[in-house]
Amino acid sequence: MSKLGARSLIAVPYIWLVLFFLVPFIIVVKISFTEMQYAIPPYTDIVTWADEALTINLNIGNYYYLFTDDLYFWAYISSVRIAFIATICTLLVGYPIAYAIARADSATRNALLMLVMLPSWTSFLIRIYAWVGILKNNGLINNALISVGLIDQPVPMLNTEFAVYVGIVYAYLPFMILPIYANLVKLDNSLLEAAADLGSPPWKTFLKVTLPLSKAGIIAGCMLVFIPSVGEFVIPEMLGGAETLMIGKVLWQEFFNNRDWPVASAVAVIMLLLLLLPITLFQRYQSRQLEA
Amino acid sequence: MSDAASPMLEIRHISKRFGELSAVNNVSLTINKGEIFALLGGSGCGKTTLLRMMSGFETPSEGSLLIDGEDVSKVPPYQRPVNMMFQSYALFPHLTVAQNVAFGLKQDKLSKAQVQAQVDAMLKLVHMTDYAKRKPNQLSGGQRQRVALARSLAKQPKVLLLDEPMAALDKKLRSQMQLELVDIVESVGVTCVMVTHDQEEAMTMANRVGVMHEGEIMQVGSPSEIYEFPNSRHTAEFIGSVNIFSTKVLHVGAEASQMSCADMACRLTVEGGVNALEGAQLEVAIRPEKITMARTRPEQEDNWVQGKIHDIAYLGGHSVYHIKLPSGMIVMVTTTNINRHAQRLTWEDDVYLYWSAASAVVLYQ
Repeated sequence: MSKLGARSLIAVPYIWLVLFFLVPFIIVVKISFTEMQYAIPPYTDIVTWADEALTINLNIGNYYYLFTDDLYFWAYISSVRIAFIATICTLLVGYPIAYAIARADSATRNALLMLVMLPSWTSFLIRIYAWVGILKNNGLINNALISVGLIDQPVPMLNTEFAVYVGIVYAYLPFMILPIYANLVKLDNSLLEAAADLGSPPWKTFLKVTLPLSKAGIIAGCMLVFIPSVGEFVIPEMLGGAETLMIGKVLWQEFFNNRDWPVASAVAVIMLLLLLLPITLFQRYQSRQLEA
Repeated sequence: MSDAASPMLEIRHISKRFGELSAVNNVSLTINKGEIFALLGGSGCGKTTLLRMMSGFETPSEGSLLIDGEDVSKVPPYQRPVNMMFQSYALFPHLTVAQNVAFGLKQDKLSKAQVQAQVDAMLKLVHMTDYAKRKPNQLSGGQRQRVALARSLAKQPKVLLLDEPMAALDKKLRSQMQLELVDIVESVGVTCVMVTHDQEEAMTMANRVGVMHEGEIMQVGSPSEIYEFPNSRHTAEFIGSVNIFSTKVLHVGAEASQMSCADMACRLTVEGGVNALEGAQLEVAIRPEKITMARTRPEQEDNWVQGKIHDIAYLGGHSVYHIKLPSGMIVMVTTTNINRHAQRLTWEDDVYLYWSAASAVVLYQ
C-alpha cells in the first residue's frame, strides 16, 4: 500500500516529464527524419498509406546535410567554446562571491543570498536588454569613460563575443553561486583550523582543503551554467555580433527564417547528443559522491 | 618524565575577553617538559579558550605565552611548534589516512622519502599501518582517533594539545583509549596539554591537573592532591562527591583545631591549625568514602553524627547511602560491598556516622 503510494508520488513528475519533455522530443526526432515541404505542417509524413502499400520514408538527408555544410560544425564548436569560456569566467566570478557569503555571519548571509537571487525576479529578456544600454557605443560605460577622459573614441563592446560572455556570466551567475555556496557553507571550520595547526598558511589551506572539498559544488555549478549556455539564443542574439556563431541562433534561423523544420530538428537532436556526454559525466560523478 | 624543573610552556597573566565577556581571567601556569597536564572544568569555564590560545586560534587580550622560552603570543597557528588533536578529530575527508598524516609534514621542506618514512613510523606507532589507504569515513571512531593522534604527532611538536580527546568515543572504548593514548604520548616523550570536563579522564591520564572555574585556575596539583586536598568548595564539589559542613571556629591549636557545627551534636575536629580566627565561619569537607557507618555510637568524642538512612544506591562494587540528619542535612557515605551475604543496613535504619580528624579538609574559598 505504502509502496503504491510512493510510486504514485513519483509518477506525477514522471508523467509530467513524459508528456511535456519526452513526447515533444520524440516529435522533434520524427521531424528530423522528414523532408521539408511548403505546406502545413511544413514537413512530409514518415509513414504513408497509399495503394494498399505502407511506405516508411526515413530521410537521413538532414543529418547528412549538417555534415556537408561546415557552418553547422563550426556553430557547434563555437557554441561549446563560448559556453566553456563563459563557464570558466562565471566560476571565477562566482566562487569568491559564494565563498564570501558562506563565510559571512548567518544574519547577513540570508540578505546576501537574497541579493544574488533578486535580479531573477525581473524578466530575463529585460535584464539582457539592459546590457545593450550599458555596452553600446553611446551607452553607460563608454559615456562614463569618455567623460572621465580615459578614452576619446567609444570602445565597441556591444555585438562582440565579449558582450556575449558578459551576458552569460551575468545571467547564469546565481546558478554558479548557489551550489558552490551550499557546499562551502557545510565546510567544517575545524578542518581549516586543523590545516593551519599543521603548518599550512591560509592560501595553501584554500588550495589543499577548501577547494578540493568544494569540488562537488564547482562541478554542479559549472554544469548548470555550461549546459544551457551551449544552446543559448537570447544572449548571442541581443548582445553578440554577426560573427558570433552559436547553435541556438542557427536553430532559430532554420526554424523561423528558413522555415526548414526538418533541418532545425536535426540540429536540435545533434545538440542534445553533444550535451549528453557532459550530462552523463555529471550524473556519474554525483552518484559516486552519494555512495561515498 | 624528563627533568621536572625545565618548563616547556609558560603562560603569564593571560586574559581573553570576547566583547564584555571575560573567558579567561589572568591565568598564569607553567607546564614542564614531558608532562601530561589536564585542564579540567565544566562547560564555559574557559579551558577551551585557553587551549585555543596555546594553539594560536585565539589571541590573548592580555598576557603572554612562551613555548620553550620563546614568546609565541603573536605567532600565527601555522608557525607554532604546537599541534592539536581536535575534538571532532578534523580529519580531511578527501585524503587517505596516510595523506592525512603526511599533510603537516608536506608543509616542511622534507624530501618525499623523509615524509614517507615519518608517515610509516607514525602509523606504526598508533597501529594503523594496515589502514593507510583508507579514507576517514571508512574508519571506526577509535581508528579515527588513532589517525588524528598520528597526524598531530607527525611533526614532532614541542607541545601536543588534546581537545576533549575521548568525547567522541563510547564509554568502554574510552577507558581503553585513555591508557593507550598515555602510553603513546609517554613513549614519544612529548609535552601534552589536554582539555576535559571528565574528572576521571583527567585523573587517569594526567600527571598534573588544573581545575578551572569561571575563567580562572582554582587549583593545580597531582590528581591525588586535588582529590584529597581540595582548596576550594568548587574543586571539592567538582572532583568526586563531598559532604560540606558549615562550621564556626572554636579553638585553633597546633595539633588540632575544633569547630562547632549546627548540624552536629558534637564538635568537629580537624588535624593541625586552621588559617582563621576563633569565631570565624569555615567550611569543612569530608569525602563519602572516608566516613564509617555503624549501628552503635562510636567511642570517639568528636566527629560523629547520628541520622536515618534516607536513600540507598546499590552500585555493585560499592553502595552510596544518603543519611538524613536531624537538622535535615543529607550526608553521603560510600561503603564497599566486601561480603556477598552481609546484613546490609536498610531504609529508615538509625545509624551513626564517624570519621577521623585527618579525613576532614578545611575549605578556604
